[in-house]
Amino acid sequence: MPGEEQLTFEAALQKLEEVVKALEGEGLTLEDSLAYYQEGIRLVRLCRQRLSEVEGKLQVLLLQDGEVVTRELSLPGGENHGT
Amino acid sequence: MPEVKVLAVRELTAYLQRLMSNDGRLANVWVKGEISNLRSPASGHLYFSLKDPAATLRCVMFQGRSRGLAMGLRDGLEVIARGQVAIYPRDGVYQLYVAEIFPAGTGLASLALQELTARLEREGLFATDRKRPLPLLPRRVGLVTSPTGAALRDMITISRRRFPGIELVLAPARVQGEAAPRQLALALELLAKRGGVDVIIIGRGGGSAEDLSAFNTEMVARAIYACPVPVIAAVGHETDLTLADRVADRRAPTPSAAAEMAVPVRAELEQRLESLAKRARRGLEHRLELARARLERLTKSSGLDRPRQELYYRQQYLDSLEQRLLASWERRSREREQGLKLLAARLEAASPLAILARGYAVCRRPGGGPPLKSSRQVLPGEKVEVILREGLLQCQVEEARE
Repeated sequence: MPGEEQLTFEAALQKLEEVVKALEGEGLTLEDSLAYYQEGIRLVRLCRQRLSEVEGKLQVLLLQDGEVVTRELSLPGGENHGT
Repeated sequence: MPEVKVLAVRELTAYLQRLMSNDGRLANVWVKGEISNLRSPASGHLYFSLKDPAATLRCVMFQGRSRGLAMGLRDGLEVIARGQVAIYPRDGVYQLYVAEIFPAGTGLASLALQELTARLEREGLFATDRKRPLPLLPRRVGLVTSPTGAALRDMITISRRRFPGIELVLAPARVQGEAAPRQLALALELLAKRGGVDVIIIGRGGGSAEDLSAFNTEMVARAIYACPVPVIAAVGHETDLTLADRVADRRAPTPSAAAEMAVPVRAELEQRLESLAKRARRGLEHRLELARARLERLTKSSGLDRPRQELYYRQQYLDSLEQRLLASWERRSREREQGLKLLAARLEAASPLAILARGYAVCRRPGGGPPLKSSRQVLPGEKVEVILREGLLQCQVEEARE
């Protein structure tokens, strides 16, 4: 489906909720139910993909000589300290 | 060897208390200053500080005295207070036990802020109908704060705890001092234009009103207003609302609380997904159960000839369905999350193919169409086809019973 790759987590989750509501309703034929169910599985998969897409980067945006520079941010003392 | 007398803290405190109570001037002093950090807990006592540019004095006004106070005390108000200065031993501080309090004209800074607040309000900068919702799962979270403050550390810690691996982008800015307003506004602009963020937290650690002035400037208020993505203000002051707090889409009492607003808990999102998948499965199962109940009433059927090609076609359709389901879930099984694997297995077990495999069948008219749900849909002598887990039967109805 074109444009599907751009679907955000939130939008995919919303679609999934609609699919589930339709599956829980009374209006679908058996064949439609199968199609909806497959669509549901696909959306679950897409949501999972969005959840795992984060790269864990910690960056800092700086203005240097009028240019915006992005750098990895390193914190003194490492990252695994408590509060 | 000279004798050293070691005092308990309470002994030293008692000594200082005696010193102060022996000083007649401290028993009844008049002090002028601006009220800050005013708190009035349920006890009815009032706590606040009186300050001027150089010093701060802690004050308490007990309930009996504060009751019936005609003037509305508030932060920023310049007052003259009369009372006794004494030590509060538990905290080890001296404070003014206020007996009376009088207005001394409103503080200048406060007056200017009031004027600015009213003006921005008229312009609609604080309007509730322009507050934007925060994204459920931001791709990246922008942070505008001091690179050295505890606020940054707290926001990183909380964000990572809620959603390990969430991407954060810091645009550093001073949060106090003369350069602060311009740096804060610029950082917001940079993040919005170049940060690729879906939400921004602008914040600082807690503190008293003296440090808040940058967040009460028109420049910062307008920068927040102009920001194209939702902004959470975390200025960290409980009693005073700064202009930044009022313009922002959301405000948080602390930077940590702001991070909680901006960053979802990953496990909760996963649970929500799992629950939706479960509901989808139940919905489908329910429908299949209904179909099964109808099919069971169609008792009689007999095999009929039909081109084998049609049979292969049905078989292939089922196979491809199954493959797609399997393929998609096999891919996921390599993922880190254990929860998903369980979910996948459960979905797989509940698929329509699995139900067919348990011995159920779908009955419909030859060549397609929806599954038959009632014996009344066919007449004796008509042909129907029955889809099994493997293959397809062409049948002729001998009898259709209610």
